[in-house]
Order: sequence, then C-alpha cells, then structure tokens
Amino acid sequence: MAVTFQGLGAAAALSLSGSFDPNRLHLPCRRSLSVTRLSFVVRLEERIVSGSNLPPRRAQQLVSKAVATKADAASASTASKPGHELLLFEALREGLEEEMDRDPQVCVMGEDVGHYGGSYKVTKGLADKFGDLRVLDTPIAENAFTGMGIGAAMTGLRPVVEGMNMGFLLLAFNQISNNCGMLHYTSGGQFKIPIVIRGPGGVGRQLGAEHSQRLESYFQSIPGIQMVACSTPYNAKGLMKAAIRSENPVILFEHVLLYNLKERIPDEEYVLNLEEAEMVRPGEHITILTYSRMRYHVMQAAKTLVNKGYDPEVIDIRSLKPFDLYTIGNSVKKTHRVLIVEECMRTGGIGASLTAAITENFHDYLDAPIMCLSSQDVPTPYAGTLENWTVVQPAQIVTAVEQLCQ
Amino acid sequence: MALSRLSSSSASRCVDLLINPLAAAAAAIPRRLISSDTTPITVETSVPFSVHNCDGPSRSVETTPKELVSFFKDMATMRRMEIAADSLYKAKLIRGFCHLYDGQEAVAVGMEAAITKKDCIITAYRDHCTFLGRGGTLLECFSELMGRKAGCSKGKGGSMHFYKKDSGFYGGHGIVGAQIPLGCGLAFAQKYSKDENVTFALYGDGAANQGQLFEALNIACLWDLPAILVCENNHYGMGTAEWRAAKSPAYYKRGDYAPGLKVDGMDALAVKQACKFAKEHALKNGPIILEMDTYRYHGHSMSDPGSTYRTRDEISGVRQERDPIERIRKLVLSLDLATEKELKDMEKEIRKEVDDAIAKAKESPMPDPSELFTNVYAKGFGTEVYGADRKEVRSVLP
Repeated sequence: MAVTFQGLGAAAALSLSGSFDPNRLHLPCRRSLSVTRLSFVVRLEERIVSGSNLPPRRAQQLVSKAVATKADAASASTASKPGHELLLFEALREGLEEEMDRDPQVCVMGEDVGHYGGSYKVTKGLADKFGDLRVLDTPIAENAFTGMGIGAAMTGLRPVVEGMNMGFLLLAFNQISNNCGMLHYTSGGQFKIPIVIRGPGGVGRQLGAEHSQRLESYFQSIPGIQMVACSTPYNAKGLMKAAIRSENPVILFEHVLLYNLKERIPDEEYVLNLEEAEMVRPGEHITILTYSRMRYHVMQAAKTLVNKGYDPEVIDIRSLKPFDLYTIGNSVKKTHRVLIVEECMRTGGIGASLTAAITENFHDYLDAPIMCLSSQDVPTPYAGTLENWTVVQPAQIVTAVEQLCQ
Repeated sequence: MALSRLSSSSASRCVDLLINPLAAAAAAIPRRLISSDTTPITVETSVPFSVHNCDGPSRSVETTPKELVSFFKDMATMRRMEIAADSLYKAKLIRGFCHLYDGQEAVAVGMEAAITKKDCIITAYRDHCTFLGRGGTLLECFSELMGRKAGCSKGKGGSMHFYKKDSGFYGGHGIVGAQIPLGCGLAFAQKYSKDENVTFALYGDGAANQGQLFEALNIACLWDLPAILVCENNHYGMGTAEWRAAKSPAYYKRGDYAPGLKVDGMDALAVKQACKFAKEHALKNGPIILEMDTYRYHGHSMSDPGSTYRTRDEISGVRQERDPIERIRKLVLSLDLATEKELKDMEKEIRKEVDDAIAKAKESPMPDPSELFTNVYAKGFGTEVYGADRKEVRSVLP
C-alpha cells in the first residue's frame, strides 16, 4: 500500500521512469477496470518504487495513490518493509481481529458470523479463535440483536454488530435511531454507546431491489451517530479500527462489490481518522467528491478526462457524517467547481446534503453550480442493463465534468 | 372518644419523656427505635403465585420491621411525588408526556428490596418511581420533569428519559418495547463480564405484544442470559383493555419455553419474594418471565383522563381493596411496628420533603443554550458538532 510514503516517492508507475508526476497521468493501458460485468475483481496492486522499473502487468491500474490523512503519514512513511497484500474483506477481518486481541471488551454479533464464518467472510476464523461468547451467531432478529448490542454498549462492552446486508438494518431502525443515536444525549451524557454497526450495502450484481439499498441516506439525519464508508483495503482496515476505538456509535458502510479488491497495506498498525476525507488524486480544474464504489467509477472517468486534458481533483469523502468540510473546503477554494458522484438516490441522499453544506459554506468560491450525479430514484431493477443505468457510469461523469468546466 | 384516647396516650408518653431521656431523644425523631429493628418476621402473601414451567417460591416471605417501615416510607414518597407531578403538570410546569405510576409502587419497592444496585433495571416511560427506588433524589426527579439543569439527564431527557448509571438504572425509554432488547443486552454484558448480576427488563401489558420481546427472549434463552422480563400488567395498554389486545392475556405463560411466574403486584412482599426467586433462577437456569398483576389509578398519561375505558367504580374498588400502601400500613399497624400517628407524621414529613424538592427544582435554572450541542457525541476523536449555521470548523481555511 503506497499511501503516503512521502520519503519514497509515492505511487507505482506504469511508465518506465520511476518518478511520478501527478499532473500527467498517461495510461498506456486503456483497459477498463470494473466496467465489464464479467469480473468485478479490481486489482490495485502497488509496489513501493525505490527507483526500480516495473514491468507492466495485466490490468494494472495507475491510480495516484491516496494521500493518507495527515495524522497517519508518520506511521506509514517509516515503512521499510513493503507490507502485505490482501483483499478488502481480509483487511476488515485483520482490523477486527487486531482490535479484538487488543481489547477483550470487543465482541461481534450478527447472523452467521460465527461458525459459518460470515456471509462475506469478514469474520472467518474469529469464532474459532475467540470463542462463542465473543463471536456470536444470532437468530434472524435484527431489531433484537441490534438492541442487545446497544444495551451491551451502555455498560461498556464494545460490540460490532453486523447486518448481513445493510438493508436488513431497516428492521432495527428504531434501535439505531432512538437508542443508539440518542441515548448519550437524553441521558445527559451518562451513557456512551461505543458500538460499531457495519455491513455491506449498495447496488451489487443483480441482487434485486431489496438487497441493493443505500442506507446512508436514511441514517444520515440521526443525531449522535457517525457514518463512514470504506473503499479500499487500506482505509477499510483503518476505519474499522477507528470505529471500534471510538466512543461514539459508528456505522461503517461497506460495499458488496468491493470486497474482493486487492491492495498492499502496511504491516505496521495504523488507525485512520474517522472524520477525514481522503485525497485520491490532487488536481486543479474541478473537485470531484465521491465515496465507496463510485470512487472507482470516478477514477476510471478520471483517466478519460486526463486524456482529454482535464485535471480533476478526486476526493473520497469517507466520512459521511460529519462531512470533512476542511478538506472539501480547501479543494473548493482551489478549483472553484464541484461535482458530486454518489450511489445514493437523488432525493435526500448524501449528495443532496453535501450540496447543501458546500453551498452554505463555500458559495463565494464557486464558479459554477454544484452538480450532483446520483442513482436514479427507482428501486434497483434486476435486469443487468437496467441496473447499470440506475447507477452513475463513468461516461456520465466525463460528460458532467466537461459541462462544468466549460 | 377517639380524641380522648389519643390525648391520654400522649399524656402517658409525656410522662415517659420526663423519666427516660433516651426515649425523649428517640421520640423527638419521628421514628421509633423499632423501625430499625432487624428481627425477621414472616408474612404470608395473600394471593398464591401462579407458575408456568417452574416451581414458584413459597408464600412465606421473610422480612423485618425495618424493611416494612421502609416500604411504607418509600411507597408513600413515590405516591406523593406522583400526585405532586400531577398538579405540576396541570400548572403547566411539566409539559409533554407525563406517565404516572401511582398504584404500582409495590413493584418498584418490592423489586429493590430483592436486589442490589449492581443488578440492572431497565423500564419504559413510566419510570419516575423506579428511578427513585434506584436511589434517585426527588430534586433530580422534579428538575428533570421541569426541564432544569439539575435534572438527572440535565433537563435534556424529560419524563420518559430518567437514567442513573451509577446505580444500574438504565432508563427511561419512550418507544414501547424497545427497552427489552436493550435489557437483554445488559444481561449479555453481565454474562460477558461474569459478575453474577441480573437484569430486570420491565415492560407493560401493551408492550407484551411486541415482536421484539419474543425475538429478545429467544436470544436470551438461547444464550442463557441472566435476564428477567417483568410484565407490569396494569390491564390497560393506554385505552385498550388487555383482553382486547392480547389473544392470550396470561403474559407469564407467553414465554412458552421460558418459565413464568404471576405475582400479585400490589403486594410489595410478594413482589420481593418473586424477584428474589427470579434472580436465583436467572443466574442458574436462564431467563424467566414475571407478570406483576398491578393497577394504575391515573390514566395512561396526563392527557388521558383514565375514565373513558374503565369505570370509576373499578378504580375506587381497587384503591379500597388492593392499594399497596394501605396494605403495608395495615400490616405495620397490626404488627405494632408503629402507631397510626407515627405513620401519619411520616407522611406529613414526606409531603414536606416533596414540596421542598419542588420549590428547589423550580428555582433551578434552565439549561444553557450551549447545552443544545453538548453530549450529542462523546468526546473522543475530536468530533465537533456543527450548529445550524455550520460555521464551526476545526481550522481556518487559507
């Protein structure tokens, strides 16, 4: 994982020079990454370049590696070892396991997380290692076990509640809204709820309407909770650890299609900041704000845009509640144009709130109205072609940037 | 006739006072020495326990004079507090929802007598008296009801959100039934830390039809949690009588695989016995359901007169025959643990205490406007809450 190895010169390069010029990303390989429906395995292989040349690899992606948050630069940059490679769900598991080792109060509850190993293998092996009292298989009763997690958190335990699919957590909405979010306030600060609620959501591969929901838009108004969305193995592990260590209730949104992303992450321990956004690609012309899976669509569009001569600045906002208006604001001040690309629906989604927040705070710095590309306000259809059109595609992003930058 | 008898007894006591200064000292305090007597007394509960899937406890309850007098005092305090809250609500000092517990005091008091402060209690919105029983003060109570800073939740919770973490009172919840999974979570945490304590999750006959109850009960029984589910059956779910809401109003049997016990909830001693039994059972054999057969004199809340769905005769009938405070009063008098005058003096003193607390609470200030934004998040990773104008940022933009 080549996030801020500032001393070593950051990202991998396909070009034969070992140096990295963020302003000129020429990609000899135009093969797109995740567009084909046949494979949704995206490879993010990075090597730490210490002056050596790398042979081009099949489907290697040139992504200027996300500059890590300032707080973590120190820990990451001391790496002399190259780190280890793993898939996103393994990174989540690693983070979870490290936290469970570190703090005996951390426990996991969810459907099929124990003996089955987790429906997306995030908790595989944990039940054998930690036992049945710390990795708990629950019956199919979201309301009850989410409530139980919250009750346990009131006493000081740190449960990690898994919703097999985020959509199922709608059954626990009352518990999440009233008890999880509000108890710290209504008790006058007596109870802290250090719970983590996590699970995969988002539009997958023809999973149908009920299993393709984006709950971040429903939860975003609940006062008292924090929401984060992970998008790479590096930030998945870091955010998982931060969420578990946080005293606040945190909802960690994962994405069904991102679990098999592969990346090299540091061997050293690191914990990311829950409230900071990630600068994926610095640029000058336009700020593109995105999160979760849409990051990859944006980066794909970025390749096309760069070829057309644009220089987009891509920020993965990561923190859905509260927004990192510091990073976003700095970017808006620099580029004066904003495009938001999200997977939530048009109405009442994260993009809608973000648009409002930026307009309220940075209106004077905008040269053009904020454009927000979101999913259509429809239940996600089953048919593959229709499903594609529900979410934002890279071509639409390119068109939007061209429109904004006129 | 009665007056002369009274005056003669007081005359004889005056003589006692002159002869025995110790008695004088004791008599100067409104309590007699006997009220701290701990010689055990055994009392039979008036109504037998109904059982389901278990052998219930015996009907003979061990108690002490001290305990009986304290039952009386605590219940009288609770009753007085609720009546005072009624007048405060009508004077518009308490707003919103106010659910009063008078008539049900025996459940709170009997439960407290059977457990320690390390055991957890969680209940729904009819929580003022349970909070008092757990060690809350009258001042905290009235301040919270009036939305003042000195309230137990700093004025930000209100009537339905009383909490006292240091004595294991977890609230105070407005949504019917939502506290039951929370209670099972508390029990889970107790099992996790292996500390041999139990959780009492209270709910009403209205909440007994909630799905989450059965979900939580299933999980609690599967995982063998020390959870005791207590149904405070006051026979009305707001305006709906239990027979109109539940196909099977035998709430103690509805746990099916979980054992159940039905208790006369107006008898503080029976409640104490049942809770003691339940605690031992839960620690050994897992969850148990208690149904407390009780009654509330007020309506569901202050906006409900309480007489549209039940007759006034029914209410006064219960008050005459089953009132928990009268029962203890009769018991105390019959066992000669205190005289009627002493009990009346105790009640007067309680009334004064309550009035003092109300006066003090009225003077307590409202929370600062800045309190609007405190305690939304726990301070941890430097999260700052943004106000409506969202101008607060962590550092200055260049």
